[in-house]
Amino acid sequence: MAKEMRVLLEYADRIDPTSADDYIKVGGYKGLEKARKMNPKDLIQEVKESKLRGRGGAGFNAGMKWSFVPQNAPVKYVVCNLDEGEPGTYKDRIICEKNAQALLEGMAICGHAIGSDQGYIYCRGEYPFVVELLRKAIDSAGSVLGDFKIEVRMGAGAYVCGEETALIESIEGHRGEPRFKPPFPGVEGLWQVPTVVNNVETYACLPYILVNGAQWFAGIGSASYPGTKVISLTGDVVNRTYFEVPTDMTLREVIFELGGGIKNSKKFKAVQVGGTSGAFIPEQYLDTKIDFDSMGAIGAALGSGAVLVLDETRDIVDVAARITKFFEHESCGKCNPCREGTFRNREIMERLNAGKGSEADIDKLLLLSKVMQKACLCGLGQAAPIPTESTIKHFRHEYLRKVQ
Amino acid sequence: MSKIQEIIAQYGNKQGGIIEAYHAVQKEYNYLPNEAVTEAAKVFGVSEAQAYGVATFYSYLAVEPRGKYIIRMCESAPCHVAGADEVIKAIESELGIKVGETTADGKFTLELTECIGQCQATPVITVNSEPIFDVTPQQIPEILKAYK
Repeated sequence: MAKEMRVLLEYADRIDPTSADDYIKVGGYKGLEKARKMNPKDLIQEVKESKLRGRGGAGFNAGMKWSFVPQNAPVKYVVCNLDEGEPGTYKDRIICEKNAQALLEGMAICGHAIGSDQGYIYCRGEYPFVVELLRKAIDSAGSVLGDFKIEVRMGAGAYVCGEETALIESIEGHRGEPRFKPPFPGVEGLWQVPTVVNNVETYACLPYILVNGAQWFAGIGSASYPGTKVISLTGDVVNRTYFEVPTDMTLREVIFELGGGIKNSKKFKAVQVGGTSGAFIPEQYLDTKIDFDSMGAIGAALGSGAVLVLDETRDIVDVAARITKFFEHESCGKCNPCREGTFRNREIMERLNAGKGSEADIDKLLLLSKVMQKACLCGLGQAAPIPTESTIKHFRHEYLRKVQ
Repeated sequence: MSKIQEIIAQYGNKQGGIIEAYHAVQKEYNYLPNEAVTEAAKVFGVSEAQAYGVATFYSYLAVEPRGKYIIRMCESAPCHVAGADEVIKAIESELGIKVGETTADGKFTLELTECIGQCQATPVITVNSEPIFDVTPQQIPEILKAYK
């Protein structure tokens, strides 16, 4: 029987997330203490060796990311991405609501590693209560953080701001439009200075890595993407809730053991992993492990760790069509392939969903998907056609049923 | 100094604080009156066009007046499969307005939103950012009654 493994959420609901004292009582801030005794180079090496990879979706080695920051820059920033807008995802909210101090500690550890004394948490506008919670938590941490200061900024409802350069633009008070890369934020980020942007969950892993050692972390779950992952299970499952699991758990275990299987004794049809930008996966792939590379190998993505399950009665074309509307709405409009592409994707999908499309439309969608994945400026546009493409690939018969 | 000027002035020293200032104005007015945009442009040293560009980029900011209570219906995929469409219809018929409109008495504005991160209890609506969980069409009259 597959079991949860709670590291970040071990003390969930047993400590007050705003209280640094509560957190210290259960071993908190020991990681920061240890980190501050290390020289930054060794600290970065330790994080690299833990093989911690970004939990926001791109899966980049965190220590590697930090190592790109030039050491001699006078001002640098540590930025936390709490803009989790990926539909079906709420794990960063849960981490804050259960263990906010670990996030603060992780940011301070990063601050020591790159030589920064200022952090920013960019929290999505949908979570005003999390902003409040974090401000209290920061006050409570006070002197424990030492010279490292953290400020919380609230977004205002824009999915694209989860993209790191758009997030930076938003903190600067601009429209949240992604920048051209390079330069990458590690070299030229917030207010043109070197900036590390990591996800909440990535930072929250750091205290545990420092306390237990890189080897301990590297030994949990899948070797190429070790550690635990907080996932959120939604849709037609019995247990719609969140879990923290080792990354070598399979999708089948997540859905049928932790999730309790499909609601109302129905059968499984498809699962979308990683949020609304992820691929829809049919039953034959359910024995795949959830880690980043295993998901990638079946054309899916672990992404944010959202798991949306659909039962046999769901109309997959309808769900995919709904998703195209999401991307049309959230496209920032900066680059043409995304602005126009998300619009056409939605237009054709709605036509098909209404039973007014043709087989030629399906081919057009596949071509459009190829173009968008190659030509869009940022991850939003590149991922936008994936739900369409993956549903055509695995559920073409459902499309054909709606074709005139 | 007008009230809007006073609110925005509090954020003047905050680098990039225009969005925070807009949030603060909206807390009082539920939208951004013209004056807020002009004033923010001055305080943050950007053109009015840029300040307006920010005000219209984000879906939680609005430059048109809205009701006292802003109802947002999540229509992302998890809420969609949980029956969001029926909930929208119920709200529309209860309030006698369509999505994007405000009731004649200025009490309610109905908006659609994308995922608000409460997918453990779909479908979800929010009223002035307070989430309400596992909403059914039948519950709508009762839920709305609580807002006077």
